[in-house]
Amino acid sequence: MQLTLEFGGGLELLCESVKIHKVNVDPPNGTEKFIMKDLLSWVRTNLIKERPEMFMKEDSVRPGVLVLVNDCDWELSGQLDTTLEDKDVVVFISTLHGG
Amino acid sequence: MEEAVTKPTKKGGGRLCCICNQRRAALKRPKTLEQICRECFYEVFEEEIHQVIVDNQLFKPGERIAIGASGGKDSTVLACVLAELNRRHNYGLDLFLLSVDEGITGYRDDSLETVKRNEVQYGLPLKIVSYKDLYGWTMDEIVKMIGLKNNCTFCGVFRRQALDRGASLLKVDKVATGHNADDIAETVLLNILRGDIARLSRCTSIVTGEDGPIPRCKPFKYTYEKEIMFTYAYFKRLDYFSTECIYSPNAYRGFAREFIKDLERIRPRAILDIIKSGEDFRISTSTKMPEQGTCERCGYISSQKWCKACVLLEGLNRGLPKMGIGRSSRGLNNDPKKDKDIKQSNGTKSIENKQCGSLDF
Repeated sequence: MQLTLEFGGGLELLCESVKIHKVNVDPPNGTEKFIMKDLLSWVRTNLIKERPEMFMKEDSVRPGVLVLVNDCDWELSGQLDTTLEDKDVVVFISTLHGG
Repeated sequence: MEEAVTKPTKKGGGRLCCICNQRRAALKRPKTLEQICRECFYEVFEEEIHQVIVDNQLFKPGERIAIGASGGKDSTVLACVLAELNRRHNYGLDLFLLSVDEGITGYRDDSLETVKRNEVQYGLPLKIVSYKDLYGWTMDEIVKMIGLKNNCTFCGVFRRQALDRGASLLKVDKVATGHNADDIAETVLLNILRGDIARLSRCTSIVTGEDGPIPRCKPFKYTYEKEIMFTYAYFKRLDYFSTECIYSPNAYRGFAREFIKDLERIRPRAILDIIKSGEDFRISTSTKMPEQGTCERCGYISSQKWCKACVLLEGLNRGLPKMGIGRSSRGLNNDPKKDKDIKQSNGTKSIENKQCGSLDF
């Protein structure tokens, strides 16, 4: 399935200064759903080129990183458990780089 | 973003906004934990700031107000909101954008481009004051001379004065800065960690420097960073630039910042509660506070004979850049009695230890 990922607030610097990534991902073996948790580990492996600790802490995003799924705060859709579908747009913005 | 428009109800379990009960919720407000749609959020966001401005009498009709504009998200959203509220509620303010150019290639020159676009977008006149013009040195030149160890001390001290000097060139009555609730909570913690009683007692004030040349105010004092980010990121697609200062790893503040964000994740109210704690601190009457005077050289407010900027500049210009940094540096202000007073109150030490000054109060 195809997703559009957008990085901002300095996070784009961790993925070679590219802000928008169109990516193809598949649910992990043996599962049908692809959830945010899967996406985060995919991003960490495939997109983040440096300082992954600026993006993630344990298995979630670092506190202070705002996540929007289809323009909606992921705190409303279940955070790591949010199910993603084809053509979804996920935005990550760091608030940690100062104002 | 068209995808989001074509399937608007998928995420969030179709939960509706708790205010209008009609549209899909798009944000969980950290302050209240309410689930709220964009339209209602935008309305309460602006009206809350309006209320803060009214309750605290931040502005008077006819005043000239400079918005300290860095090109970052906070000041960009502040410029946008103040311009809008000024129109909507007839504040009668003359608003200006005021930026400081530290002279950091690849950092400030980029963000200043953002400020220049803001000037056009919001129709607010822009004034840029540079370290080069004010002090004869750019940060690039200072770093070349002193290295990367104490450069944030120079930058922080110079920026504070630069903003005041820019404000007096613009003949404004007040400077509004984009400091948000998260920044202030962070600063409360830092001042506790540093034992900086003087700063602790004033860092939560919504208006500061009323005894100084130009007062400053913080309309976003109670505004969560998450909501500012949200406003910028998404409702208006504001033009916003962000990168870390290339010279500033800023470790100490970074830890405090991360700690605050960790707390927020567990209990979002923590941010407002830390501000409240800061406000309610009572400083014991036996604590010696630094006396406020003026710099003998440039006339700027100073608790010492010379202000910090003049001490640092003297060092730079004499080729002794360590002057004004660290304990052995009191060469120009070595009035032994005063020195002792300051030591007791930690007045100078705190400046030396202060890292990046972009959040100075």
